[in-house]
Amino acid sequence: MESAGISVSQTRVSTPSTRSQLLGFNVIWAVALGIGGYALGHWLGSRIGINSRSQTETDTDDVAILMGLAFATLGWLIGLGFFNYPLSRIAGRPATLHEREEHGAWRYLRLCTDHKVVAVQYLVAVLFFFFVAGLNAMFIRTELTSSNATLIPAGNYLTLVGLHGTMMLMMMSAGVLGPLGNYLVPLMIGSRRMAFPRIESLTMWLTVLAGFVLLSAILLGGFPTGWTGYAPLADQARAGIDAYIVSFALIGISLALVGLNMIATVMTLRAPGMHWNRLPIFVWGMVTTSILAVLAAPVLLAALIMVVFDRTVETSFFISSAGGSPFLWDELFWFFGHPEVYILALPGFGIVLEILPVFARKPLWGYRLAVAGMFGVALMSFMVWQHHLFMSGINSDLRPFYMFTTELISIPTGIIFLNGMGTLWKARIRFTVPMLFALAFFFNFLIGGLSGVFLSDVTSDVVTHGSYFVMAHFHYTIMGGLVFALMGGIYFWLPKITGFKLNEKLGKIHFWAMFIFFNLTFFPLFAAGMLGMPRRVSSYNADLHTLNVFVSISAFCLGLSMLIFLGNLVWSIALRRERAESNPWGSKSLEWQLPSPVPVYNFERIPTITSHPYGYGSPEAPAVADFGPRVIAGEGGLA
Amino acid sequence: MSEATVVGTRGGEPRHGVRIAVIWAIATVIVLPLVIWVVGPHIPPGTMSQQTGDQHTVDVALTALATPIVLLIWVYFAYAVTVFRQSGSAIVDGPPITGHRRIEATWLIATSALVLGLAVFGTADLLTTGGAGGGEGPNPVAKPADWRGALQVQVIGQQWLWTFRYPSYGGVETTTLALPVNREIEFHVTSLDVVHSFWAIELGVKADAVLGADNIAFDKPLRTGSFQVRCDELCGLWHGHMNTTGQVMSTSGFTTWIAQQETANAAVTKTLPPYARVYFPTPTRNAS
Repeated sequence: MESAGISVSQTRVSTPSTRSQLLGFNVIWAVALGIGGYALGHWLGSRIGINSRSQTETDTDDVAILMGLAFATLGWLIGLGFFNYPLSRIAGRPATLHEREEHGAWRYLRLCTDHKVVAVQYLVAVLFFFFVAGLNAMFIRTELTSSNATLIPAGNYLTLVGLHGTMMLMMMSAGVLGPLGNYLVPLMIGSRRMAFPRIESLTMWLTVLAGFVLLSAILLGGFPTGWTGYAPLADQARAGIDAYIVSFALIGISLALVGLNMIATVMTLRAPGMHWNRLPIFVWGMVTTSILAVLAAPVLLAALIMVVFDRTVETSFFISSAGGSPFLWDELFWFFGHPEVYILALPGFGIVLEILPVFARKPLWGYRLAVAGMFGVALMSFMVWQHHLFMSGINSDLRPFYMFTTELISIPTGIIFLNGMGTLWKARIRFTVPMLFALAFFFNFLIGGLSGVFLSDVTSDVVTHGSYFVMAHFHYTIMGGLVFALMGGIYFWLPKITGFKLNEKLGKIHFWAMFIFFNLTFFPLFAAGMLGMPRRVSSYNADLHTLNVFVSISAFCLGLSMLIFLGNLVWSIALRRERAESNPWGSKSLEWQLPSPVPVYNFERIPTITSHPYGYGSPEAPAVADFGPRVIAGEGGLA
Repeated sequence: MSEATVVGTRGGEPRHGVRIAVIWAIATVIVLPLVIWVVGPHIPPGTMSQQTGDQHTVDVALTALATPIVLLIWVYFAYAVTVFRQSGSAIVDGPPITGHRRIEATWLIATSALVLGLAVFGTADLLTTGGAGGGEGPNPVAKPADWRGALQVQVIGQQWLWTFRYPSYGGVETTTLALPVNREIEFHVTSLDVVHSFWAIELGVKADAVLGADNIAFDKPLRTGSFQVRCDELCGLWHGHMNTTGQVMSTSGFTTWIAQQETANAAVTKTLPPYARVYFPTPTRNAS
């Protein structure tokens, strides 16, 4: 394997010395300038000092804190060098795409325009914050081992709830688009890059910053609102909510840009012969997710800006005593929020439908229907948001309509099940770790989806609304669906990304532990909700104590199963290091025809696509692409 | 594996579709009655009020409807992973089936019919049960038949306790909720600060309490006894502790109780603010 290893060999190309790397634009400078920026912004903000007459009940200097966070963002981006290119263009220098062809570990700590590097950065960042948020869940479950005692101070408990929810939502919405989308979409469509490589890097570094800004809420005193940030409560909240606002806004910007970049890439950079009906289903999953991200995230951003104005310059968008309405926030938030939860579902559909044919050794069943299903979900997701407000008393005449649209979504979602079932028909299934996760996806998502039908029916929703039933429902769809699919995707594609095999035995132990304890954790919570346990409480009826202790123990075991996963990553990638073959699964898809890990320029020459990637079972099926005559790497230049 | 990597066609293949259908049918015949008659009666929220009765019926109906669907998918997947598997190191491909028009169309029609049925069922149920106990805003469309004779009870949420007000009894305010049995209750839910949600669990009532909004929900208790009230919307620090216990009393018991309250509160009642469907607290402005 002569291609450069992920972080070991730096044999080719003269790499700059460590000293010059340190002095360049990188994450170290970004942190320094970020902190400096915060100090500067805070000082400027406190000089402005208009906060003392704020409509909201906060007694903290929100202007200073918000300006601090804004300047910190600016400093962070300057430190990473995001302004270098625009400024040099303004100064009249010629346009360049790659400043340098990079190798070695340093490129992971800076602005890098290689989509594969950005994807790995994304993966590390997303997994880091996933584990932080998971740890919060462990604390929440610890508090809930007692029905009434306060094991964790009430304010800290609410902050944990808010951090867990917000961080999981933020990181998981970038969780597939970022790592797998950025890595695989160019490879799958036969491109050497994403359409906007600098924007791609920007989205990744904004995601990292958003994660840390959200964590800074702890230093600012926490926030009591959960991930939904409902209006009068958020107006009451002190400075911690500013961190929530800024981090959510950063993720909103990042999501919209990720989506834009993805759509532009798929529209413009497909290799010759990559017709729309040859596009791998994973790419369709990314496209539909991106459409949602582009259309929904700006609404969130707008709503967040309104909150900022309410907190700083005495507007009253959400303050009823001054003419505003808390319902406005509910509407705006859920108009973003419901498409958002499908941003957390569609990538999962894409991953499992991509994995299934490989291990069923059959073509994807009903390809066109699957694409239609994904678009159906995407379209419908904008028409259902008021089911979050069924009990709120607003627009109650419209409840039958929203009940209908919500139930309609089960048609396109049902299509995905039909695709899965059709693909397994008379298949030759191999039970690899990715396949186990893909199959578990269907098991979990079925329960998640059908529990959604209970919530869509207004009469039944009166019981379950805002209770642990809802909580169990969306954990079944997001964790049981998306996270299981993401895990499957990681086990499936990580050998391609890193060039190292993941340990199969550890993988299977991880899978079974995660699958069993996931179900033991969340299934009882349906009952807890119906029996009268509201969400986000720190105390509950003593009758439910045994149930909650059981759930907490399962949750701790679920947490431990994630450590097996972490252990597997460390063992297989850092300690054991067994080279993976270039196509260990025998997949026909384009990305598997490349060496592992994929060389810097992906393709020596842009291939001509000759077939869809699901030609299993037909010996006469053409290869997926014609790679053309071999040329020396790098000679072909850019696409 | 001697088959090499060619299309796997097995000699004398059994009729998988028929087998799956038979297993599914048997499973449904066994499980569905169990779900309806054994599990069903235990599905919350019980039958303490007319509304919980409706909710219970709907939940049992939806569970019964979901059962064959769950069984179909489970039986199919279980069958597939048991029968359609391969072992050995050589990779054998399955048959190149890419789709089936008729099955796709049937699936779409079946799911569409289910969804339409669900929507019609849900709408009809919502309208005929007087809102099913859910908050319907200031002008409810779905009202129970005897709503004119309903007892008005105002529920006022604030961080972190509930106040209950009986406008037809001189505006008595209490912190314990008592209701007469067999009489339609018209809850008017509002808030003095952040968003709360009034959840009378055993009565099957849920309505958000929003500052400046009047959220009406109907309920008719059918049995005497106590019930829990909890806040169902995150409202800050002690959200989890914002709960109380209510009582459904016999009509005479309620009359006695409310008379006692009226006498006990007579001194206070006249100093309370006049009855309004919503209350706006004085805007808190700091340092100005």
